[in-house]
Amino acid sequence: MSALLQTEALDKHYGGLHVTAGVSLALEEGEIHCLIGPNGAGKSTLFKLILGAVLPSGGRILYAGEDITNLKPFQRIRRGMSVKFQVPGIFQALTVRQNLAIALQHHLARAHLDREIDRLLEFLGLHAAGLQRASELSHGQKQWLEIGMAVALKPRLLLLDEPTAGMSPDETHATGELVRSLNRAGVTVLAVEHDMEFVRQVAQRVSVLHLGRIFAQGSMQEIVADERVAEIYFGETRYD
Amino acid sequence: MWRLLEGPQTLGRGRWFWTGFVVCLGIAAGYPVFVDGYTVGNTVYFFDWVFMALGLCLIWGYGGALSFGQTAFFGLSGYGYGVLTTDFGAAHGFTLLALLLSVGLAAAFAALLGYFLFFGRISGVFLGIVTLSVTLVCERFMSQTAGPEWHVGAARLNGYNGMNAMPPLTLPWSGGDIVLFPDIGLYYLVLALLVLVYLALRMLVNSRFGNVLVAIRENPERAEMLGYDVRLYQLAAFVIGSALAGLSGALYTSWGQYITPSSMGLNAAALPIVWVAVGGRHDLTATLVGTLVVLAGFQALTIYGSQYALVVMGALLVATVLLAPRGLVAGPVEALLRRRRPGSAR
Repeated sequence: MSALLQTEALDKHYGGLHVTAGVSLALEEGEIHCLIGPNGAGKSTLFKLILGAVLPSGGRILYAGEDITNLKPFQRIRRGMSVKFQVPGIFQALTVRQNLAIALQHHLARAHLDREIDRLLEFLGLHAAGLQRASELSHGQKQWLEIGMAVALKPRLLLLDEPTAGMSPDETHATGELVRSLNRAGVTVLAVEHDMEFVRQVAQRVSVLHLGRIFAQGSMQEIVADERVAEIYFGETRYD
Repeated sequence: MWRLLEGPQTLGRGRWFWTGFVVCLGIAAGYPVFVDGYTVGNTVYFFDWVFMALGLCLIWGYGGALSFGQTAFFGLSGYGYGVLTTDFGAAHGFTLLALLLSVGLAAAFAALLGYFLFFGRISGVFLGIVTLSVTLVCERFMSQTAGPEWHVGAARLNGYNGMNAMPPLTLPWSGGDIVLFPDIGLYYLVLALLVLVYLALRMLVNSRFGNVLVAIRENPERAEMLGYDVRLYQLAAFVIGSALAGLSGALYTSWGQYITPSSMGLNAAALPIVWVAVGGRHDLTATLVGTLVVLAGFQALTIYGSQYALVVMGALLVATVLLAPRGLVAGPVEALLRRRRPGSAR
């Protein structure tokens, strides 16, 4: 395997506040990589840096061997990245079909749009809601719709920012299965997530971010067994 | 291509809508036969403004960028037509070329201004403030051009009094040019232009471009994260919409054979907002119908005093925002359609 995405000594500071400090993270092609860490660890900022929503103060980002540090977000998306936000970033006033059409029309001729939308609706379990306004969907359905829009771009790298936020345990499990099926189809996934059940379900590798630095890295079992990780999540535990 | 005439971004589809469209067109075509020349000319005056309204509908209603300064392009194009036709005359249908050049001038200015606005990431209320400032600066500038030093070739700009006596539109003809004074000839030309622009805009907003424009209005961040260069789409809509404001300006100038700085002033700048908001900014047909109705109402009210008419326009805008934010034409039609087709957004 080779690194699809690589951050090198990525630094972001606002005045004296270092939100990420020298983060070097390598994401292998074909893996599901989860980024976890306590609140304020710098996960969201790192996510925005990778997307290009904020520019780094130092360091660089490589994607498929290309330096994309100074590219605009839409330029990164056109290179095969795709994103799903924590708060569903959908077009509320448009129908579910229209939402998917806008994502699909990038690479699909008008004649094939309807068939591909039907296929996606089936895949997302939203076939009955195609003509509904997106604002009328339940929270979980909105999350899936946004995943559908992200998938519609046929990404090579899928970035998920807390994809199960606000979901019930059943919905979370279903989302996990959906992510795994995408991964089996060849999509590399980087997910920022708080829900440990979800991380357990999907992650092949986990990175722990703490105070803006990569604190630990490994499989889920290794991370769970790491006492230092438990300390940063729950504080120092003494039994004496 | 014809499939684009009806789609998710426009109200009205199917046999009933297009039958109604043809009936309206038939009535409009037969209208000059039943009314006097003055009324025909007055109707052309109404039509002239609709292009600017449709342009604003595209920029604001579909693209979500409120431009408060469309009158800057209206005025620039109007003065452009005045200067060109005063300097080069009207022979051999030059007025038509002058019309095109004036619209091009408005589009070029919009491209320059829009580049700084959209690539400078100016949005929301700030976009309105900057565009309003631009039109007010244009008005102030043209108002101080009364001196003899302010001329372009033989064309004097004439300050606050504005330019006048430029030639009306002419059509080159074998037996001599046809001069289009505000009467039946000009009526049919402007009506044909209006139908053409309306249908072209319907196709534009139902195309891929239109879909993306609406997506940007709804959620610009998400649109960018789907790989679209939001700035480019907003700029394109701004240029097209402003070119239409320019078309209004040049047609208006050729219609009345005058153009004054007040056409770029605060009152003038506010009126297109009222027309588009009252009709329903999210839809071209609602904007077209709303603009014609409000213009006719405004003119009727000016009989009792232009200040009263402006107060009523302000009240109408407030009432629309509070009671029917989707417009007095589009709002009820959308509600009716939703009742007939529950679950459908359009």
